[in-house]
Amino acid sequence: MENSKIISIEGLIKWFPIGGGKFTALNDINLTFGKGEFAGLVGPSGSGKTTLLNIIGSLDAPSEGKATVLGQSIGELSHKKAAKLRNEHLGFIFQTYNLLPVYSVYENVEFPLLLLGKNAEERKKAVMDALEWVGLTDKIKSRPAQLSGGECQRVAVARAMVKKPVIVLADEPTANLDAENSHNILQTMEKLNSELKTTFIFATHDEKVKKYLHRKVSLFDGKVSQDELVEKVGNG
Amino acid sequence: MLAIKLAYRNLIGAGLRTWLNVFVLSLSFLVIIWHRGIINGWDRQARNDTMNQEIGGGQYWHENYDPYDPFTLTDAHGIIHEKLQSDDNYAPVLVAQATIYPGGRVQSVLLKGIEPAQKVLTIPTEYLESDAVEIPVMLGSRMAENNKLKIGDFVTVRWRDANGTFDAADAKVVHIFKTNVPMIDNGQMWVSLKRLQKIMQMDGEATMVVTSQDITSAQDLPHWLFKDYSILLKEFDEMIKMKNVGGLVMWFVLLLLAWIAIFDTQVLSIFRRQKEIGTDIALGMTRGQVIRIFTIEGAMHGILAAILAAIYGAPLLYLQAVKGMSMPEGTDDMGLVISDTIYPYYTIGLVVVTAMVVLITTTIVSFLPTRRISKMNPTDAIRGKIQ
Ligand SMILES: Nc1ncnc2c1ncn2[C@@H]1O[C@H](COP(=O)(O)OP(=O)(O)OP(=O)(O)O)[C@@H](O)[C@H]1O
Ligand SMILES: [Mg+2]
Repeated sequence: MENSKIISIEGLIKWFPIGGGKFTALNDINLTFGKGEFAGLVGPSGSGKTTLLNIIGSLDAPSEGKATVLGQSIGELSHKKAAKLRNEHLGFIFQTYNLLPVYSVYENVEFPLLLLGKNAEERKKAVMDALEWVGLTDKIKSRPAQLSGGECQRVAVARAMVKKPVIVLADEPTANLDAENSHNILQTMEKLNSELKTTFIFATHDEKVKKYLHRKVSLFDGKVSQDELVEKVGNG
Repeated sequence: MLAIKLAYRNLIGAGLRTWLNVFVLSLSFLVIIWHRGIINGWDRQARNDTMNQEIGGGQYWHENYDPYDPFTLTDAHGIIHEKLQSDDNYAPVLVAQATIYPGGRVQSVLLKGIEPAQKVLTIPTEYLESDAVEIPVMLGSRMAENNKLKIGDFVTVRWRDANGTFDAADAKVVHIFKTNVPMIDNGQMWVSLKRLQKIMQMDGEATMVVTSQDITSAQDLPHWLFKDYSILLKEFDEMIKMKNVGGLVMWFVLLLLAWIAIFDTQVLSIFRRQKEIGTDIALGMTRGQVIRIFTIEGAMHGILAAILAAIYGAPLLYLQAVKGMSMPEGTDDMGLVISDTIYPYYTIGLVVVTAMVVLITTTIVSFLPTRRISKMNPTDAIRGKIQ
């Protein structure tokens, strides 16, 4: 399963300027992730989970050290190259869904494919497939404002998955969901992980999510405090 | 293409908000065109009135005539050239200085003698045809009002004839006409040509001969110099030009309002849509692409506004150009006289230039605030954090 390292992080330090000084959010992180992992960054609030996900997602750059994603060194990438990396290989799921409010469900899911320049036929098929994975084919014309929180989160999952990216980065994907919705979504993701070999990296402190993880990377105060593989006990 | 598609999707998706913005912008489109149309219509009308009522196609001036120097008037008259005798194409006018005593006051006036049957100028000179003992005179309404004269009133006129002898007589106001041309109104008193020639002892003489608008160019004749209408309108045109500087300022102000509306919409929308921008970037858009989409959205507002303005504005503007717009009373104290009704005049050029200026400038104005986007930190933007 970990035959190919698609993410490797060495001596990563991330600090933010605060007032006159610095605040170190990540301190000497060393991690690697292989293809098809279903891993989670866990830890208390403020431990640096989102910061690390953002760097892996090339939305932010390391202050020191190195982060390599799919062979590309984050921080040395130009804006354009980083955008291309995200566009082609990364899928994001945000805690706050971040659906585009004026688009329908269909258009939201279609959006990454438009950016990839897929033709109308390919788009249609991929969008319908993705909506089927998350069970939302009956709501394609709805606007995000007309959906429940769980439905929005499922649209966000479909949008992240529609282009079958190599890596999906999911920041607190279940924070606003009830237990049932959380399990539905996690099962969907698990299925996609095993069918498509998509790498999932979560940031979470939700116990429900932790149960599904195959690997738990614990962060504390910007440092990796524990990195453990979890024995699969047969979920769902 | 993608940027256009997405911009279009965003605009249509935003629904009512887009249409409100577009409506406001289309209003400013229309007001800009309408405002120019009024000014154009007014200028045209004033120019036409001046030609119809004062200048004709041109004027032959007696060689001594200088309208800027009233002291030359005593010498600026001569026997009308045989080719310029009164007919459908020529209207000789004799100009003489005189003093009137309306209600005990003293007022110096120009007496203008003109053939009552003339067809060259569209002023109602036929009223001057009368054998009454009192000199029948006709006044413009402003002149009448300033001197508190009404139809049927008598006023004493005193003049100096060709021999330098002072003489006086009573004149009777037989008609008061309304005109927008101040030059034939203020300080002017119209009389029959024959009557004026008689009392001035200037038989067969005139100061100038107005030609019909069929005669717009002609050779000078001995003692009579031809001035074509463009020379005669020079002063008028200069006045219009000066007035148009004011109009241009107004035009610019209206345009500025349209810019502010667009700029405001853009700034607000970039601010409000931060989270969306962050999401776009996270999903793989470059900042350049996001900027392009926002700029195109702004420009599309302009295009939609132009289309909307054409749909509901064109009939309105057309209707007004045909029916005219009545001006409130008293507007003629603003230097240049405004007629009661103005017929706005729109040229294709006006509409096209306005549309182009608005479209190009709204695109630029739409672009300016998008520079904020390139300074945005995507990780902050995703959270919609206020910066
Ligand atoms: N742009 C920033 N400027 C300054 N400090 C920041 C910035 N982003 C994050 N931090 C700080 O870095 C630390 C880690 O933040 P991060 O968002 O990664 O935490 P987290 O583990 O995701 O927490 P949570 O579980 O609450 O989401 C926090 O203390 C936070 O205040
Ligand atoms: Mg976080």
